[in-house]
Amino acid sequence: MSRLEILTPSKSQLVVESIYKNLEQRIVASPPGLCPVDITRVFVEMCHAQSCGKCAPCRIGLMQLKRLLTDVLDGKADYETIDIIEDTARSIMETADCAIGYEAASMVLKSVLNCRDDYEEHVKHKRCTCMTSQPVPCVALCPAHVDIPGYIALVREGRFADAIALIRKDNPFPCTCGFICEHPCEARCRRNMVDSSVNIRGLKRAAADYAGKVPAPKCGPSTGKKIAVVGGGPSGLSSAYYLQLMGHQVTVFEMLPKLGGMLRYGIPNYRLPKERLEEDTDAILETGIEVRYGVKVGRDIKLDELRQKYDAVLITVGASTDKKLGLPGEDAEGIMSAVDFLRAVGMGEHMDLTGQEVAVIGGGNVSMDAVRTAIRLGAKKVSIVYRRRVADMTALPAEIEGAIAEGVEVQTLKAPSSISVGEDGRVNGIYVTPQMISLIKDGRASVKANGEPDEFIPCQTLIVAIGQNIETRHYEESGIPVKRGRIETLPNGGFKEIPGVFAGGDCASGPATVIKAVAAAKVMAANIDEYLGYHHEISCDIEIPVPNISDRTPCGRVEMTEREACERKCDFNAVENCMKPGEIRQEADRCLRCDHFGFGIFKGGREKLW
Amino acid sequence: MVNLKIDNLDVCVKEGTTIMEAAASVGIGIPHLCYWKGLNEIAACRVCVVEIEGKEKLITACNNAAEEGMVVYTNSPKVRLDRRRTVQLILSEHDCLCATCVRSGNCSLQKIANDLNIHDAIYEKHLEKQSWDKDFPLIRDSQKCIKCMRCVQVCDKIQSLNIWDLEGTGSRSTINVTCNRTISEADCSLCGQCITHCPVGALRERDDTEKLWKAIADPNKVVVVQVAPAVRAAFGESLGLSTEQATVGKIFDALKKMGADYVFDTTFSADLTIMEEANEFIERYTSGELRDRPMFTSCCPGWIRFIKSQFPELVPQLSTAKSPMQMFGAVMKTYFAQQIGKKPEDIYSVAVMPCLAKKGEANMELYYEEYAGHDTDLVITTRELCRMIRSTNLLPQLLKDIEPDRLFRDGSGAGVIFGATGGVMEAALRTAYFKIVGENCEPDAFKVVRAGNDDFGVQEAEFKLKDITLRVAAVSGLSNTRKLLTAIERGEKHYDFVEVMACPGGCVGGRGQPQHDGYEMAFERGQNLYFLDRHASIRYSHMNPDIWNLYNEFFGEPLSHKAHMLLHTDHNKWEMPRSPERNRNGYVINPNIKLQG
Repeated sequence: MSRLEILTPSKSQLVVESIYKNLEQRIVASPPGLCPVDITRVFVEMCHAQSCGKCAPCRIGLMQLKRLLTDVLDGKADYETIDIIEDTARSIMETADCAIGYEAASMVLKSVLNCRDDYEEHVKHKRCTCMTSQPVPCVALCPAHVDIPGYIALVREGRFADAIALIRKDNPFPCTCGFICEHPCEARCRRNMVDSSVNIRGLKRAAADYAGKVPAPKCGPSTGKKIAVVGGGPSGLSSAYYLQLMGHQVTVFEMLPKLGGMLRYGIPNYRLPKERLEEDTDAILETGIEVRYGVKVGRDIKLDELRQKYDAVLITVGASTDKKLGLPGEDAEGIMSAVDFLRAVGMGEHMDLTGQEVAVIGGGNVSMDAVRTAIRLGAKKVSIVYRRRVADMTALPAEIEGAIAEGVEVQTLKAPSSISVGEDGRVNGIYVTPQMISLIKDGRASVKANGEPDEFIPCQTLIVAIGQNIETRHYEESGIPVKRGRIETLPNGGFKEIPGVFAGGDCASGPATVIKAVAAAKVMAANIDEYLGYHHEISCDIEIPVPNISDRTPCGRVEMTEREACERKCDFNAVENCMKPGEIRQEADRCLRCDHFGFGIFKGGREKLW
Repeated sequence: MVNLKIDNLDVCVKEGTTIMEAAASVGIGIPHLCYWKGLNEIAACRVCVVEIEGKEKLITACNNAAEEGMVVYTNSPKVRLDRRRTVQLILSEHDCLCATCVRSGNCSLQKIANDLNIHDAIYEKHLEKQSWDKDFPLIRDSQKCIKCMRCVQVCDKIQSLNIWDLEGTGSRSTINVTCNRTISEADCSLCGQCITHCPVGALRERDDTEKLWKAIADPNKVVVVQVAPAVRAAFGESLGLSTEQATVGKIFDALKKMGADYVFDTTFSADLTIMEEANEFIERYTSGELRDRPMFTSCCPGWIRFIKSQFPELVPQLSTAKSPMQMFGAVMKTYFAQQIGKKPEDIYSVAVMPCLAKKGEANMELYYEEYAGHDTDLVITTRELCRMIRSTNLLPQLLKDIEPDRLFRDGSGAGVIFGATGGVMEAALRTAYFKIVGENCEPDAFKVVRAGNDDFGVQEAEFKLKDITLRVAAVSGLSNTRKLLTAIERGEKHYDFVEVMACPGGCVGGRGQPQHDGYEMAFERGQNLYFLDRHASIRYSHMNPDIWNLYNEFFGEPLSHKAHMLLHTDHNKWEMPRSPERNRNGYVINPNIKLQG
């Protein structure tokens, strides 16, 4: 026998590894709304399979927990069983030797404590409160419930204009979203069970690129009702679009010279070219919306006046002011907020940063937009200064990678402590306190000082991208409820004692995504319509192609390519390349058509109208 | 030193002391099931959990050190509840038929459940079914096993055999024989260490008491019982007799009262073994046969199983002498049968032994000439003897000291110390000295081969006998033995004569003896045997008059043809399963399972 041997994994070991991978993917694609008792039971059984068997609480306890949970599901349990489950889970959590045991038990404890109603329903009525609804995962997870399988099927057939028309039923920004949507729809795509999720945003982008000009649908007969929309960002314009289609007359009050809000003045051109944004806004305006530019409500006209002149008022002012660091010297020359910086660039004021060192504080998407814009303005060195780690950044991973590829320095675990201002009154750098990552609080890793002395990061321009605020003063003065800096609405977008006034989008939710703004817009448009005494329906009469019946052979996901970093960082043109026709067809083919196969053909497959 | 508070008491202990030991130092006994000091400190049962102020999770007292400023609660509401739950969980996997359990009254789980006032089973019973060969001397009942891992640890660490392991994963994990073997296919030495380390009744010896009752009831059988030296040093422990009260005479009385026809002391045949083995040694030594490798003693059947399975190439070095038990059996079925006018097949030869491997040895083919089946028809352990005494309703205190029966009544102190590690060597040297030097040595001349304390290992010595220098060693425990044999094979160690005992401390620590959870009694019992030797009227095997009588009347002289045919054996007559391939840590390599690095 050799003294030591190089071990190679056996076939069965490799198979088990692939099963783990499969399981991971399957959990990713898990349908929402499953019975918490049943899910806990199967999870605890899997945890038990991981037990090494050494310690009694884990080896025996997890099995007993599974039995007790099964009793609950089988209707063989009483209220005492629930107490025993709680008790046993807590005991295992406190006595198990390693994480295999105590983390499994802690999951059961979490379940029994927080989903007690579900447990009690099983005990009391021997039934489950959960129902198999199994909605189409992408549609359910899209805040605006866009008919994704429908438009992918149209894209697959090359019917790009129809695809755009179908998307607009739920989202009047198909082109914009093709570029910058955060695509929550892809997260639980059932295709994950086969290989990986369908590149849904990429297919939407393809539809937008290949469709050509798609006219807006015809508006319904005029109702004679007039509606004022404050703010021409994505939520305001989306609401206006649907209200206009319903036959109402909408006037949008926009304080800036052009429409689009953050889409125009926040998101840089290289991510969303202005002319592509205008494809969406032009179609929206085609419905006959009136726009009054340069009018700021509160300054140029009061809310009360709008209420008198219009049958309904919708507030969609977004979150367009900045948050401050709160450090002395923050008003020095060379320091600005990301909002101001990006807006200036969006308005065509391309400041020259040639030869400068630029520091950007923050780890969100706005921060990435700021650094990549600074690079394009000729800065010599651009650094992201962030308190936590890269993994903790809220920016999309692709944005972070894009910034790094373009030469941005990432300085993590550095918390700003003071600003250094030169004798000329201009910023010349920032002191930061080195941090170490620490305990996870509310699901997020916190940081604390690691005890090392402060460091100095020289910079001639300092951009603060630590969040946005909402300009609420005028609305608060007009009696609109404001809580924690946000306009506080009822779930329908209205207010309890202020009839005819609605609000939504970032100004109510806090800074969020385009698709969430669109989702809020649908809610508000529908409820304003109801408020005005109507029951209009928004629908689309495009026939969806029959699904293909190919074998679902595993196939790689098509990713969109980007222009070379050294080339793209010299201009503001779009970074991302659209899929090619062959890629579009293949990627569209990967869609499992959950609207047709599985539960979708029975119920919940297609929302034809709203 | 560290200072801490345990249950509001101030405690000061040396650094590195476990919480359990720190608590014990102020009289707080923390209950535990799997813990065995130095052997099994793996915190598997979680019964010894305690609460540390400021910590959410409980921690185990057995394997965590006391720290400065610690505030420990061994009996807080949280501890009590969790400990109860854990024991209830363990009970859900344990066949709680205590009434029919061999360990009832001496079971750690039973005691803890009783102490914690657990009267209800809140968890559904789940008993594992595993098949087992009930004819094998070692019986495992999977339905009683609580997976404390002590059997695995003692077999790995003390005996280096790795017979047991945790098998399967997750909910299916259980204890079984390594390499997917059955116990009879395994290279188990039958030392029985696993049995005495089992806190419950999951491991036990095959119970043969009914067979003995049946033989006693048979009018055609003459039941002849021999009692091994080590039995006298331990049987009193489970019958409530003090060391002074627990004499071998009381065992004879009990056996007679149960219905044995003749009772004898194996001490006699130990002397006979010495006569044969000492002479064999001198012959082999003189012939130069032992120049490279020593002669090994052959009286421990656990050791015989070990050498045959682990070091088969060394088997020729074994003494060919049978063990005292087998020699006595052979004498009973020949000379003794003749003397009482019976046929060999009418003799039912029984041995009371401190040992499990003796049950195996009795079944082996060991001899050249056969007399009515086996030399020994039945072996019962000390524990089985005690159970028989209890089942006969004999009050131990009322038993009398009686003498063994005639013909083989005399036994020397040298025969008595066979039961302790080094004893066989010492007895053999006393006789070899006489043979070489021509006169008796001081009786305690060779006492350096005795174990000095309860840390048994190897005792080495060199003796000058006239112009001969004898290099000897006595080793006990099979892990110690493996190391010694490896050193001998590599030529790192040279001896002329080596005594090996499978159980640490020798037969007194044999695994058929009464068991005490967490305590080893071998050293104390060994001291008892040395006391008996010191006060014996005969100290040398060759001075035993009954031995000389036997040679004069029957065998002629040591190593005679008759002696060879009856008192010696061919160790190659039977097959022992060979050891599987082992890695450098001593673990057997399962060809079916390739563990990943």
